[in-house]
Amino acid sequence: MSETVLEARKVNKKLGSGAGEVHAIKDIDLTLCGGELTMLMGPSGSGKTTLLSVLGCMLTPTSGTVLICGKSIEGASKEALAALRRQHIGFIFQSYHLFPTMTAAENVQLALDVRGERGAQARKRAEEALARVGLAHKVSSYPTQLSGGEQQRVAIARAIVSDPSAILADEPTAALDSNNGQAIMSILASIAKDPSRGVLVVTHDSRLTSYADRIIFIEDGRLVREERRRSKRDRPRAAAIRGRGS
Amino acid sequence: MSLNFTLAARNLFHDRLRFIATAVGIVFSVVLVMVQMGLYLGFGRMVTTMIDHADADLWVMRQGTKAFEDPSLLDANKQEDILAVNGVASATPLVIGFSDWRLSSGEMTPVFLIGSNGGLQPWDVVAGSAQALSQPGAVAVDSTYRQRLGITGLGSQANIRGQKVHVAAVTEGIRSFTTTPYVFVDLEHARQFIGLPKSVTSYFLVKLKPGADRARVQHELQASMSKVAVLTTAQFRDRSRDFWLFGTGAGAALFGGALLGVIVGTVIVAQTLYSSTKDHIEEFATLRAMGSSNRYIYAVIIYQALLNAVIGFALASAIGFIVVWVTSQGALPVVITPLLMAAIFGLTIVMCIGSALTAILRVVRIDPAVVFSR
Repeated sequence: MSETVLEARKVNKKLGSGAGEVHAIKDIDLTLCGGELTMLMGPSGSGKTTLLSVLGCMLTPTSGTVLICGKSIEGASKEALAALRRQHIGFIFQSYHLFPTMTAAENVQLALDVRGERGAQARKRAEEALARVGLAHKVSSYPTQLSGGEQQRVAIARAIVSDPSAILADEPTAALDSNNGQAIMSILASIAKDPSRGVLVVTHDSRLTSYADRIIFIEDGRLVREERRRSKRDRPRAAAIRGRGS
Repeated sequence: MSLNFTLAARNLFHDRLRFIATAVGIVFSVVLVMVQMGLYLGFGRMVTTMIDHADADLWVMRQGTKAFEDPSLLDANKQEDILAVNGVASATPLVIGFSDWRLSSGEMTPVFLIGSNGGLQPWDVVAGSAQALSQPGAVAVDSTYRQRLGITGLGSQANIRGQKVHVAAVTEGIRSFTTTPYVFVDLEHARQFIGLPKSVTSYFLVKLKPGADRARVQHELQASMSKVAVLTTAQFRDRSRDFWLFGTGAGAALFGGALLGVIVGTVIVAQTLYSSTKDHIEEFATLRAMGSSNRYIYAVIIYQALLNAVIGFALASAIGFIVVWVTSQGALPVVITPLLMAAIFGLTIVMCIGSALTAILRVVRIDPAVVFSR
């Protein structure tokens, strides 16, 4: 059985204060298991990004608990949250967020550098990660010398190079054309085959759902529906979301 | 090497215009500090140059004498009292004072006379000889003042206090910080030219016998005479330097200029580092999202500050050495010693790292979640 790498229990997050306060996510119960690619889908403003930020230990929940590999983040300081991120989570962003003055290999190596892993061994691991995403021939290229799809693949290599338990991807294909989007999802699906690693992808693009093992729908800050698939050929199966509260 | 150094260097050199502006600011600041402190050192050396070149273990002077150029007078008969103290080998009178030098054209210019029969002789003689000063009317002057004194070289003639003198020795580099030329003569002529009786002197330059305890002799000399001060060469040097540098406010002005340089440099570096950090804020947020510690991010900014410091200091040093070379023959040379260089380098490092604080305060507030919304 796949292990749970990330878990949210009755998580609420309020943003802003006073009259401007927004209850962004409400009573979220969610598990991300290893060996699984989970898609989080929902309209704009539904709370996808806030949920991703909370699950990624960038924001702390107003109430409820988040567990990373079984360890609660409750009461953790900002530095402790940062340590959890570098040990357990890899991020992929919509706009890549590569460092323009660094080569592809250096961008990937940075994820190891922040963990204190340096030298030839780190360089080798970075090059191996780039090879896994099909960019072995681009290690010395700068982001401006790469296409959008290649840049996102560098970002994926950066996310996986330190072997994190969870990969959280925010609209990874939104800035790409259809072919590149499919290629990126294909890579993410292959990464998710590792039983020790769970992948959560936030997306608007319903054409990509075939890559998902599980699809979760969010509306107005609540998880409203889940579709679980055993394989790409399986028909989606609707399931009630635990503790959805509505 | 950690990649945060690479990131710091690449970000610094990526925006060339900003880097040049920062470097110019640091160079301006460091050169200003260097020149001010170099002037301080140069001035400090010039005001004690006579003391440094005198052949004395102890100086006997009138009580309250503030500096070498302070023309206080002593009773010349104290020479016997000095020689009577055990351990004293010799006590050579030295007379100093202002007088007027009349050029052959009839023009007058003030000069500062130094008269001694052996205790303080001209050095760095490039024409004639110091021994020639024993001849009647013989004087030694510095080549710097050739035009000012209306002389062409050895044998040139002039008048001091109505008496004819001729140049018997020419030195190079004995310049006065007061701009009044030094003129070396023998003791008797100095008294005549200044208008002093034979019964007075300005100083006694005391030489000790080999093996004599200087502190004991100093103490005994001080105890044996009233209204005199007995100082070692080092003590007199410090007293003269303190008077000219701090008693006159010249030192405070030089330090004030140096402080201004530090403030200007700090503000420029702080401003550029802050704006650079602001421009790269998304990169810092990405690093934070990737789980980097605050220390890792601070190091990027500190490395940038250090690179600014090292490059700015290197350029400023080159300019500093040009300034030293240009002023070496001037009235007040800028003196830069290895110790001063090391101190200014340290100051530059502190200044640049201190400037990084505003940028660090900016990144402290980074919310890593912003990377999702951009």
